[in-house]
Amino acid sequence: MHPVLKTVLGRLGLGLATLFIVSIIIFSAIEMLPGDFGQAILGQAATEETVAAFRRELGLDEPPYIRYMQWVGSAIQGDLGTSFSGRNASGTDRSREVIDLLAPRLWNTLFLAGITAIVAVPISLFLGITSALYRNSIYDRTVNTTTLTTISFPEFFVAYILILLLSSLYPVFPSLANVDASTPFTERLYRSALPALTLTLVIVAHMMRMTRAAIINLLASPYIQMARLSGASQTEVILKHALPNAWAPIATVIAFNLAYLVVGVVVVEVVFVYPGVGQLMVDAVTSRDIPVVQGCALIFAITYILLNLIADIIGIITNPRLLHPK
Amino acid sequence: MTQGKNTYSAAGEVGSVVEKRTFWTRAKIELSKSPWTARFGMLVIFIYAILAIFAPFFAPYGEAQVFPEPYAPWSSTYIFGTDQIGRDIFSRMIFGARNTVGIAVATTFLAFLIGGTLGLAAAINRSWLDQFLSRSVDVLMAIPSLIFALVLLSIFGSTVTNLILIIAVLDSTRVFRLTRAVALNVVVMDYVEAARLRGEGLGWIMRREILPNIMPPLIAEFGLRFCFVFLTIAALSFLGVGIQPPTADWGSMVRDNASLIMFAQYDLKAGLTPLLPAAAIALLTVAINFVVDWFLHKTSGLHDE
Amino acid sequence: MMNKKTKKGDVLLSIKGLKIQGFSDEKWHDIINGIDLTLHAGEVLGLIGESGAGKSTLGLAAMGYTQPGCRITAGEIIFDGVDLTKLTDGEKRKFWGNRMTYVAQSAAASFNPAHRLIVQTTASTIRAGIKDQASAYKDAQHLYSVLNLPDPKHIGERYPHQVSGGQLQRVMTAMAMSPRPDLLIFDEPTTALDVTTQVEVLASMRSIVEEFNTAAIYITHDLAVVAQMADVIKVLRYGNEVEEAPTRQMLNAPQQEYTKSLWSVRSLEKTQQEAEVSILSLQSIDAAYGLEKVLHDVSIEVPKGSTVAVVGESGSGKSTAARVITGLLPQMSGIVRFDGEDLPPTLSNRSKDQKRRIQMIYQMADTAMNPRQTVREIIGRPLEFYLGMRGSEQTKRIVELLEMIELDVSFTERLPGELSGGQKQRICIARALAAEPDFIICDEVTSALDQIVQEGILKLLLRLQEELGLTYLFITHDISTVKAIADQVVVMNQGEVVEQGLKTEVFSPPHPDYTELLLSSVPEMDPDWLSNLNKKEIRS
Repeated sequence: MHPVLKTVLGRLGLGLATLFIVSIIIFSAIEMLPGDFGQAILGQAATEETVAAFRRELGLDEPPYIRYMQWVGSAIQGDLGTSFSGRNASGTDRSREVIDLLAPRLWNTLFLAGITAIVAVPISLFLGITSALYRNSIYDRTVNTTTLTTISFPEFFVAYILILLLSSLYPVFPSLANVDASTPFTERLYRSALPALTLTLVIVAHMMRMTRAAIINLLASPYIQMARLSGASQTEVILKHALPNAWAPIATVIAFNLAYLVVGVVVVEVVFVYPGVGQLMVDAVTSRDIPVVQGCALIFAITYILLNLIADIIGIITNPRLLHPK
Repeated sequence: MTQGKNTYSAAGEVGSVVEKRTFWTRAKIELSKSPWTARFGMLVIFIYAILAIFAPFFAPYGEAQVFPEPYAPWSSTYIFGTDQIGRDIFSRMIFGARNTVGIAVATTFLAFLIGGTLGLAAAINRSWLDQFLSRSVDVLMAIPSLIFALVLLSIFGSTVTNLILIIAVLDSTRVFRLTRAVALNVVVMDYVEAARLRGEGLGWIMRREILPNIMPPLIAEFGLRFCFVFLTIAALSFLGVGIQPPTADWGSMVRDNASLIMFAQYDLKAGLTPLLPAAAIALLTVAINFVVDWFLHKTSGLHDE
Repeated sequence: MMNKKTKKGDVLLSIKGLKIQGFSDEKWHDIINGIDLTLHAGEVLGLIGESGAGKSTLGLAAMGYTQPGCRITAGEIIFDGVDLTKLTDGEKRKFWGNRMTYVAQSAAASFNPAHRLIVQTTASTIRAGIKDQASAYKDAQHLYSVLNLPDPKHIGERYPHQVSGGQLQRVMTAMAMSPRPDLLIFDEPTTALDVTTQVEVLASMRSIVEEFNTAAIYITHDLAVVAQMADVIKVLRYGNEVEEAPTRQMLNAPQQEYTKSLWSVRSLEKTQQEAEVSILSLQSIDAAYGLEKVLHDVSIEVPKGSTVAVVGESGSGKSTAARVITGLLPQMSGIVRFDGEDLPPTLSNRSKDQKRRIQMIYQMADTAMNPRQTVREIIGRPLEFYLGMRGSEQTKRIVELLEMIELDVSFTERLPGELSGGQKQRICIARALAAEPDFIICDEVTSALDQIVQEGILKLLLRLQEELGLTYLFITHDISTVKAIADQVVVMNQGEVVEQGLKTEVFSPPHPDYTELLLSSVPEMDPDWLSNLNKKEIRS
């Protein structure tokens, strides 16, 4: 088998194994709940029968491994269980399917993360590469100090500064990003402007610094000095000598930061009351609505693992040592 | 060269010999050459430390003392006004320094205790222990720690102890990786082999040969980890699942007063109020980042040329 | 007139009063202190000097290039009538890779991993418009065959990681030769190679320089190598010129004391002593790293009070043998017998006294001492650990040991970073002596040091052996070090002992094939050595 294929398959296997263990951890969340949680969810007035029925519905009488199989089986088919909320002591059940809660919000979150990535990735690559090339210039120092300051800010600080400036003092954009499925595209863009801008500022700072470090590391390679000494111009050094070796580190930087975006999105969604997965998850944590927490955590974990997987595979398929084995 | 150019003597041999100085003179010289960013950072950290330690002394009112006037404007009585139930914001900010920073420091120490010890053990042992720990850490790091923290908090509930334990365990993964990586660089050194050949015990090798040589990156990491932990806890508190009321905490103070921001058009000071605790968080992390940046630059021996 | 080629005998390069400074520790330091240099077309100049002499900086400066963090503060570099110091980078680039080219020390790091060798070999030639792609490729294949590379037609299709280090160094020479430059800079091109590979690379480099009559600057710290390559030798020290003379004159009659002392290292030779009683014997040792077997049936006898040198190239298993003796790598089978008793294979099963009696000195004194411990702590620890010496008794002994290694009490509170290379190695010797051992393993202890310092260390080791009756196992790849210190010699290759015996026996014919190859590959201080060697090979 070709070494590239072999390495890629190995990496995919590792990703699946990680996902498997992560899913066990997320699944066992329900195991670790204290014994009286049924009472807590259904309220103090709940009778023993309703609590017992609730436990049966959750299948708590079955052994854990069977329930894990069932949980994973239905999760693969898109069934993540039923929310705890909407239940009450009398046994009436107005609870909703987790997947119905998640699906529209997942689309919203992907939209927000997507427009942020489209803006942030090119900007940070440009800033990172140029400041690496003009290292120690005034430009580099300014960009460096600014981004060092920005990464030290909590996301909600950046968010509220933007609200103060662009929504309160000079009302350009709305401070509440309430979108739903019926919102037209341009309106959606307009309402998502502040959350996207917040995320962009935070992400650009991180991504730019990492890109700069990766490029500086690359430019310190002896073969770059060799290329200069054989008369290659700056452009040629960058395009022909540095770039072919830069894909792997750049892919890693981008994947790492998009994964970071997944986390940043939680806080930003709460600040702007943006109806995304992050906000749903925080609400579910507050009300200890475990099935919803599980569903959200699974979505975030899959995204995170997938992004890192893609970066690794890009690194593998651009590695000349693997592409052209001995 | 007093020995003359051409006669050889071991004692007179010159090379890249560094002048002999004590630790304090070296520190003094480095400090005097430090950039303004680092000095600014050190000053800020110093002020925060003083405020946190002597909080009751500096704060005009108590942490949870409620006044009958909610959302009072800035005045000489209430320097930054009062919050939604009438507590003095200035006093709560000072107590917040103690609570928010204190909890973050405790968490970081715990994370270093766990991650550092295990990382060092893994680096020296290099057998099944290393394999087991490294694989476990890979899995823990496969999910963003904020998400993980949210899952765990939803199970165990938001108490300060849970918060410290959960964040410390999740964060110790990164400390583990760093400690293991830097310790591995030292473990392969001949002087560690020499100590082993001499017959020294594991404890002595860890304490005397390895630890002193991995301190600089660990100290820098402590600063960065602290920032990360501090921001995570602030974010969780801001989300309402971290430090719980009535404890004064910067993250939840931002959340509690957030609605004031839309009044900025009418009263800029009121609009700024929710930003104050956020700015307090930002200022400290900026300060630490500045100091760490300078420290790394110094100790890595790289001059970034 | 970019591509005007110069005639033989014209002045090609003339450097006058050149000063270069480098930036470190927040200060500018002088690296080159006003050097003049003249190179004629078709002439090869050897630049030699020890570390810190500024020879690489000068070599790069000959191309008008300074490394990041360095600057030219005075002087001119006139190449074929043009002062390179007055040109912009863009203007200098027209010379680089065209009329002047560069061969670096580490070929493996200097090739871009992403491109095929022939693409890299011909890139600058095609860019400068000297040849079109087809003829440049054809010429590259010709150069590969002149340089004795295997399969010259197709080797260029490979990527850098697909060929060996010695081959890569030759490909880099082809790359440097491709545009037919007027000036070639060789910067320690064979230092990283094994001695048997080095001789092949040297021969092909010299033949190609002769064939195209190219002027070259050959930078090295190895006198015997420079003797083969250069017409003229210039000796540098601390950024200053010590002297310059034609090669034969320089070898036969150096003028300056410093140069003479460089030469004298080579003449140190221990008078061989024969000893009967064996203190250490390895009997049929097999050893492996994981599944990879690295020692095959190795038996070595070490007579008491003598020096046994183990010679071999990288991968010969000589360091592995040392690890088996110390107990760091337990053998798979075979016996290590020390002073009449069998040593347990693993370190942890050996007694404290067994550990004390066998000490080790390492190649890199830098990494052999904890940078955070003072000389007192470094030497004091074995005194306390093995002999229970503390307090003033310990201090007294430390001073005695320091005197033994020709240092004084003023060194006790220094950290390793405050010592020079030779002083560090002396402290390592003192640390070994502190344990009052019978047997010391010296692993390449001089190979990281400058030649004069090497001589000092070797003399010290010989004196200590005489005074204290020590036994040494001396691991080295350097034949002149063997001559200087050994009584007995063990030749190893690919995990096996090829030959062992008294120094005079091993060094005189008849030899087994490998010993023959090894000994004949060691460059000698004779300018005709390489030519004679080639003639011999052609005849045989």
